[in-house]
Amino acid sequence: MATLELRNVNKTYGSGLPDTLKDIQLSIRDGEFLILVGPSGCGKSTLMNCIAGLEQISGGAILIDQQDVSGMSPKDRDIAMVFQSYALYPTMSVRENIEFGLKIRKLPQAAIDEEVARVARLLQIEHLLARKPAQLSGGQQQRVAMGRALARRPKIYLFDEPLSNLDAKLRVEMRTEMKLMHQRLKTTTVYVTHDQIEAMTLGDKVAVMKDGIIQQFGTPQQIYNDPANQFVASFIGSPPMNFIPVRLTQQDGRLLALLDSGQARCALPLGVAADDLDGREIILGIRPEQITLGAAEGNSLPGIRAEVQVTEPTGPDLLVFVTLNQTKVCCRLAPDVECRIGDSLNLQLDPARVLLFDADSGQRLRLASTGATAKDNVAHFKGR
Amino acid sequence: MHSPAQKPPLSPSRIAIHVVLLIAVLLYLVPLVVMLLTSFKTPEDISTGNLLSWPSVITGIGWIKAWGTVSGYFWNSIMITVPAVLISTAIGALNGYVLSMWRFRGSQLFFGLLLFGCFLPFQTVLLPASFTLGKLGLASTTSGLVLVHVVYGLAFTTLFFRNFYVSIPEALVKAARLDGAGFFTIFRRIILPMSTPIIMVCLIWQFTQIWNDFLFGVVFSSGESQPITVALNNLVNTSTGAKEYNVDMAAAMIAGLPTLLVYVVAGKYFVRGLTAGAVKG
Repeated sequence: MATLELRNVNKTYGSGLPDTLKDIQLSIRDGEFLILVGPSGCGKSTLMNCIAGLEQISGGAILIDQQDVSGMSPKDRDIAMVFQSYALYPTMSVRENIEFGLKIRKLPQAAIDEEVARVARLLQIEHLLARKPAQLSGGQQQRVAMGRALARRPKIYLFDEPLSNLDAKLRVEMRTEMKLMHQRLKTTTVYVTHDQIEAMTLGDKVAVMKDGIIQQFGTPQQIYNDPANQFVASFIGSPPMNFIPVRLTQQDGRLLALLDSGQARCALPLGVAADDLDGREIILGIRPEQITLGAAEGNSLPGIRAEVQVTEPTGPDLLVFVTLNQTKVCCRLAPDVECRIGDSLNLQLDPARVLLFDADSGQRLRLASTGATAKDNVAHFKGR
Repeated sequence: MHSPAQKPPLSPSRIAIHVVLLIAVLLYLVPLVVMLLTSFKTPEDISTGNLLSWPSVITGIGWIKAWGTVSGYFWNSIMITVPAVLISTAIGALNGYVLSMWRFRGSQLFFGLLLFGCFLPFQTVLLPASFTLGKLGLASTTSGLVLVHVVYGLAFTTLFFRNFYVSIPEALVKAARLDGAGFFTIFRRIILPMSTPIIMVCLIWQFTQIWNDFLFGVVFSSGESQPITVALNNLVNTSTGAKEYNVDMAAAMIAGLPTLLVYVVAGKYFVRGLTAGAVKG
């Protein structure tokens, strides 16, 4: 168990080439579960390989327990890793796979046997120890790969998309199991995924990456409720946040966003007027569950009538698509709402929950009334 | 897969295919039959009968005489082939491992240049090789011939192993590195145990190439150190005395048997190994 700190980590594969990692800066405490999440090609796997020592960093420093390990070889960093492909040694039995790292480290055989037994019990793979990896199912291989990592009791575990080769049902099961395991073992863990649900459910801390830059680093709740920019807002959440282009206007000292559903118009009050925003085109972001059905007249929230274009009953929810400002907008309603295509719904957008983004840079625009957040959570954002 | 009941009916096209195949088989077998028959005939029998006639007396005199003449060269060939095959396969495996799992700057170029070796005709390297062997003091020695075969074979063995190893996921090596294993431990404990099919391909290929080689043998060895292919040529081309075809045929059979044996023993791996890299597992 250990702390992990990355100080201005840079990685480039050649002077002419664009940087793969740019000034990565984050730190996690002992026993924390860090998620690196982002689209493919964002550098999250490269960052993981750098932490493991499989790739050398071009600048900065990686510290484990305050000790700089940047120049150390993988075996001296005391790190274990679970790979997406599991990377089990095909010619060895499950037992030999788990033993391999211990034997290399020249542990006495008695200690090795004890450790294998402990890990096998923990992961319930005792009956598989004599088998070869090819004779195991995907889920069993996954367990063995985890067993191999657990056996050495390293300072830090690294998981490189460990669940992405499993089918959907098993993935959900293993996700819960990993969380249980982490709660029990309390080991510092870095977990790479492109699955935002895994990111939200497993992590103590989440780092959202894009183009080799950390867009935002914080708790899952911070990332979800208070995204630093449009990319983070769009990446986390399913169905994704709606982004509606709106024009701002000022009236009676208040800033208003103009919405048009084709049937009706509405001016959404956003907060205190700001002269520099008057008349500007910005992006208004609102999550599907933050659009509610206007129940009764006289409700304090502003509402707008809109025509239902598509409905998608998912079981727990009813997704309804309408058009606002020529943009398709998804609303997440209760499954018992009666509505058919062509119906008009009175929809309400909570002004306290909407987020505003700069139309060009995608950066969050923070108004006085929507509340400011810690500035250090906001990473710089490269224009799309 | 097919039960006898499901056998397709004997259509004319099927019969035609079988006839053609049968003719092909005969074409390939006739020379072997002629050699075998002739090797067991007496010289008189050969001069009176025709090629395909059954020997009037079956005699092993041709084989005994042939063995007496070429046995020394047969052992020469073994002394050349076995070390050359083993060394070139071992180095090829290591080369392939480095070129697929431990790529370095310029390794692709290195591999490309190495591939040139596969297309170089024997004749082009004769003079430089003999010059080098002379400088090394290995001219006309068995070790010199082994060295030439090893160097010439490396292009092929490296190609075989490299192409086999690129289909092995790199994550295996990464996992082993995190487990604390070094370069040679990974090679010995992880990679080599997976390599049986390609080792077999390499052994058969190199054995056949080196055992059957004539040109290097005739150029880089002399007298008592010659391999069996050269000795066979000398025996058959001798112009003094009566032609002893039974001895010639028996000697040719002796020269060809080891490659046949290797293929029969390890042949099933050959096809398997050649196709192993084709489908990514």
